[in-house]
Amino acid sequence: MSDSSRSAAVGGSFPPTRHSLLADLRADEPDVRARALDALARLYWRPVYKHLRRRLGLSTHDAEDTTQAFFAHALTADVFESYDPRQARFRTFFRVCLDRFAANEYRAAGRQKRGGHIQHVPIDVEGAERELERAGVVAVSDPDAEFHREWVRSLFGLSVESLEAWGRETGRQVHFSLFERYDLDEAPGDRPTYQALSDEFGIPVTQVTNYLAAARREFRRIVLARLREVTTTDAEFRAEARDLLGVDVQ
Amino acid sequence: MRWLSDNALERLREAAEWPDLAGTRYEAIEQIGQGGMATVFRVRDTVLDRMCAMKLLRLPDDTTGIGPRLRLESRILADLEHPGIVPVHDAGELPDGRPFYVMKFVRGQRLDDVVHDGVDLAERLRIFERVCEAVAFAHSRGIIHRDLKPENVMTGEYGEVLVLDWGVARVLVDRDGGDAESDAAHDVAAEADRPVTRHGTVLGTPGYMAPEQASGETGEIGPAADVFALGGILWFLLSGEHPLADSTDYMPPVSVAVPPRLIAISQKAMAPVPSDRYASVDLLSADIRRFLEGNAVGAYRETLWDRLGRLARRHRVAILLVLAYLLLRVVLIFFDRR
Repeated sequence: MSDSSRSAAVGGSFPPTRHSLLADLRADEPDVRARALDALARLYWRPVYKHLRRRLGLSTHDAEDTTQAFFAHALTADVFESYDPRQARFRTFFRVCLDRFAANEYRAAGRQKRGGHIQHVPIDVEGAERELERAGVVAVSDPDAEFHREWVRSLFGLSVESLEAWGRETGRQVHFSLFERYDLDEAPGDRPTYQALSDEFGIPVTQVTNYLAAARREFRRIVLARLREVTTTDAEFRAEARDLLGVDVQ
Repeated sequence: MRWLSDNALERLREAAEWPDLAGTRYEAIEQIGQGGMATVFRVRDTVLDRMCAMKLLRLPDDTTGIGPRLRLESRILADLEHPGIVPVHDAGELPDGRPFYVMKFVRGQRLDDVVHDGVDLAERLRIFERVCEAVAFAHSRGIIHRDLKPENVMTGEYGEVLVLDWGVARVLVDRDGGDAESDAAHDVAAEADRPVTRHGTVLGTPGYMAPEQASGETGEIGPAADVFALGGILWFLLSGEHPLADSTDYMPPVSVAVPPRLIAISQKAMAPVPSDRYASVDLLSADIRRFLEGNAVGAYRETLWDRLGRLARRHRVAILLVLAYLLLRVVLIFFDRR
């Protein structure tokens, strides 16, 4: 399912029912498990890789190796079998599993992976390294908060990609460009005014307002759809959505 | 995938929070305020082509009681038709499930900004009287604001004074009997009546919160709690300093000269024991009016010199005329004798 069709299917922001990621990860059918893990990996590989580099101090090669090995291990072993939604959020459990794997099982899993040359997750190591370089040296005092921050960065990054695709596929490139200028501008300081955007894009201010509103609406739908995809229960989905949109990530 | 800085993440978070107004008569223009659970946007009413303010929950929420509280706030505002209370135009639920209400968009300044701009004492007291009128009206309708402070008072560009943010107001309703509709209203009112939120925060603002409110004694919170907060606002208007959140001494030392009678009024309004405060907002306002008219105020026991000084100030023109007349007579007598 494409991102745009998925977001369209979401409709309102908080759908009343949802499939269970947890059930899919625990499914007997290998295809179902692989699809669920693929959804997880797309969102989690960056936080995992950066966590291994920053928190555990692994080299580039070892971090890549361990990231691949962890997802391969998750696909074949019952890693998520013991997850209880009442105990913790899934991403917290996920990070604990990663730490445990990195500490205790890396050697065995690594040997297995290197022997089989299996690569389940497409990892852009160079891109991730550039991101680490841009972020600079970060003191990791709270690994869970840091993992969460990277998780949010990954979630929003993928959602922006989807929004760009939505603009391209539906002929709304101007919508995305306005969103990019107003909501995605990396430069600190004041944002451009709607009047400035109106002059820059050659459209009336009212159209700037409407296009931005439409792009933001779509972005919100995409974010929530992705969130829905990688949470295990409705309660967790709502809690993550509340944290994501209502609490400072710092 | 593009890399996003922390700054970009914050902006995207705001963008994702942008209200979904599809299918409504409103267009969001900009975010103008944000609290813990609610956000206020400036919106355009496309039917009437006018600017309004829309307050809405940051997220759909039916578990923390914030949603019912916002709905209750809109009903309270609808009930309080008064020039000193911001009128509500509309209320409902957005397509994304968030409850909202739409109110007048007030162009003007917050009271704390007005004070820092150096408005004179008489004008500050005039504003204070307008605030008292609005709060007294609400009390007459059985509603206690519970979060009065300078930040919740706006002065408009035409001199209007508006009391805002009735989000934690207490509704003094009869909880016995009633039909199904009023029972439901009671449930909401009871929820809004909680002194402590589910997050463990006492409702109100330190410094402006009466001791009985700060201690969470819900049953003790009545009009006297608002009288206390008004005393704090008066103190802020006089000194430019917020009162301290200290039950033994609310008033920090100030560098400006404040008339002792006004200090006494503020102190009486902020008495720790509710029964020692003004019995009503009207009585507090009446003391301010007496001060402005140069009369004795109930909160201050005058000495003979105080009284003479006040009378001298009050009848300054008459006294000057008499003195001028006497001086003229003395001069005339002096020249007659020569």
